[in-house]
Amino acid sequence: MCLAIPMKILKITLDRAIVSSGGVQRTIGVNFLKNPKVGDYVIVHAGFAIEKLDTVKAEETLKILEELQ
Amino acid sequence: MKTITLSHGSGGKLMQDLIKDLFLKNLGNPFLNKLGDAALLNLRTKKLAYTTDSFVVKPLFFPGGDIGKLSICGTVNDLAVSGATPRYLSCGIIVEDGFSYAMLEKITISIRDTCKSAGVNIVTGDFKVVEKGAIDGIFINTSGVGEILDNSEISVSRMTPGDKVIISGTIGEHAASILLAREDLKFKTGIKSDCSPLNKFVSYIICGDIKFMRDPTRGGLATTLNEISFASGYDIAIEESDIPVKKSVKTLCEILGFDPLYMANEGKLIAIVSKDAAANVLAKMKKHALGKSAEIIGEVKKEKDKKVYLKTQSGGLRTLDIITGEQLPRIC
Amino acid sequence: MKYIDEFRNAAVAVKISKLIQIEANGLKPVSFMEVCGTHTMAVERFGIRKTLPDNVRLISGPGCPVCVTPKSYIDKAIAMSNIEDIIVFSFGDMLKVPGTGSSLLKQRSKGKARIVYSPLDAALFAEKNQDKKIIFLGIGFETTVPTVASVVKYAKKKKLKNFFIYSGHKIMPPAMELLAKDKEVNIKGFLCPAHVSAIIGMEPYRVICKKYNMPCVVSGFEPLDILQSILMLVRQVKSKKAKVENQYSRVVKASGNIMALRLIREVFSINDSDWRGIGVIKNSGLVLSKEYGDFDVEKNMNLPDVKTSADKGCICGSVLKGVKMPPECRLFYKKCTPENPQGACMISSEGACAAYYKYSSGGK
Repeated sequence: MCLAIPMKILKITLDRAIVSSGGVQRTIGVNFLKNPKVGDYVIVHAGFAIEKLDTVKAEETLKILEELQ
Repeated sequence: MKTITLSHGSGGKLMQDLIKDLFLKNLGNPFLNKLGDAALLNLRTKKLAYTTDSFVVKPLFFPGGDIGKLSICGTVNDLAVSGATPRYLSCGIIVEDGFSYAMLEKITISIRDTCKSAGVNIVTGDFKVVEKGAIDGIFINTSGVGEILDNSEISVSRMTPGDKVIISGTIGEHAASILLAREDLKFKTGIKSDCSPLNKFVSYIICGDIKFMRDPTRGGLATTLNEISFASGYDIAIEESDIPVKKSVKTLCEILGFDPLYMANEGKLIAIVSKDAAANVLAKMKKHALGKSAEIIGEVKKEKDKKVYLKTQSGGLRTLDIITGEQLPRIC
Repeated sequence: MKYIDEFRNAAVAVKISKLIQIEANGLKPVSFMEVCGTHTMAVERFGIRKTLPDNVRLISGPGCPVCVTPKSYIDKAIAMSNIEDIIVFSFGDMLKVPGTGSSLLKQRSKGKARIVYSPLDAALFAEKNQDKKIIFLGIGFETTVPTVASVVKYAKKKKLKNFFIYSGHKIMPPAMELLAKDKEVNIKGFLCPAHVSAIIGMEPYRVICKKYNMPCVVSGFEPLDILQSILMLVRQVKSKKAKVENQYSRVVKASGNIMALRLIREVFSINDSDWRGIGVIKNSGLVLSKEYGDFDVEKNMNLPDVKTSADKGCICGSVLKGVKMPPECRLFYKKCTPENPQGACMISSEGACAAYYKYSSGGK
């Protein structure tokens, strides 16, 4: 019940941010995100960022998956 | 603001003036100018294709097109994918009492420009005005007659297992463009409808190796492939990773929970091509402006369950059914 | 698409599927349940079921918020939209759900219901159109609740007098607990919802895991996430040690999103809630708290009386609980189709029956 995709923060103004992914841009709310920064990837659902994507953990997960025996 | 009223449809002077100042001014040609009860035509061949379509799209204007452009492309393309050169079109327009004159003019000009681009003429037309509320704004019907091309051998019965399935370009843009224009979803995407006349593209690529064609309009690629599968009797299998989709359309679909396979296109065609000629047909398509992103996406199978299968991006398998109802943005 | 496509890699997916086959070899048939509509859709969309061994079954539970919304809620929403100066705003999911005799889709063509991508857009419309009363249908689980909570706070800040929420929000863990203790359901593990977990963290699952010895894996939505999570569940079953694991660590923190949880607690209160096809589950619903009562449509308007017809003949409850598969319902595909849904499971495109129908071509 949670259709959401990772999008990159391009600009932040108070508790709103412009995010972008694959040529699609939108202004969303970041009011319940801790310290959002330009360049962060955030998970966007219903016009709000619900959490940050930890890109380091993402790469780690991918590595684990590729190395599964 | 100048508006169309019931009087404009009643056959009197107002209507005569409208026909002269708006329709003949923009769409006039030797046939239409005669304003006969019927257009008297000369056709080069007895092998003809004939089609009709009605257009009720909302909103009337969207990035990449409008109802006028659509009404010409829809009919031209149905003739084109049937292997015919579109020659003569009819155009019937019904508007609601109170419709903006300026908007009707804009739509008519768009019809004019699209006819020019496709090299077709509207040879007969009809105009009616109905009471406010009887219809929503404007409805357009076009029909068209075309001459089957000499080197066209389009027939669903020619399809055989092993034939390749080619899509002439990226999918989903028309539906995405309409959705963004209709609902205020507040996304910036740059997505435009792909609405284009395909007849010149078809005459460029047509050859005996193209066994069948269809344009994937309402219901999208998946629904149209089902129609082809049903008509031919053969299963069709396609690969998700081969299907060309613009990045922005893909992303929007992920955000809203849409499936590009079920989204309408108005400037694309599916071609079923014999196996050995597929690479050459593809190469030729790619040389044309309307076929730059063409790809071979699958093939006709020998099984006869009339099913369409998709090998997914992640290596799984799923059946593609026809669309059921309108896709709407989801949260879930 | 960055951080999406990489998790759809076919070669890696095939490898994980093979590993599941190997690990599950010799295991007694086992069923895992996912409780998220997005998981249901992803499983069907990527054709994951067909890559699993015969002794590992994935069942769809009541994870579709639209499917579990009572019919009476929809009937009331439709009735409200018929009132002169009211426009009902909703996520698209809700619009196709048939009520008793009508649907919000029909109201939309009359201009009395509108779709938004974000609940904020409903509030912004209310701000610009003071002559209209805007009622937003608050449907969705914990992923969506903080977004609606944020909008209610915005409405309070802007002192909007014409904006209301009709809350149908529900929370997942009580439903999961009900399923965990139901002997008929007989699942051996949960695939926990990715983005609900991003909000609520892992603690609610620890309670269920401990109490019912139930393996839980918080799983992302991409095919590699789902497959890896199934592998992790199989390994837990083999080890006979149930625990809560986080496969979706790139997004989900053990503590969840504290700011979001604070928002939810501030703007909403918990109540008992009726789940279509299941019945009332205690403490599983959310209503606006006293402090935000001004925006609660049920406290500020007399909701119209509606006569809601019962769902006849369908076994939605059993399908929702994963006890029966869609083709086992005598209405499935005959009387109950996506164009003419009879019950909860067919209603939304990610309901168990609808997803099954669509991706398995009518269940044949």
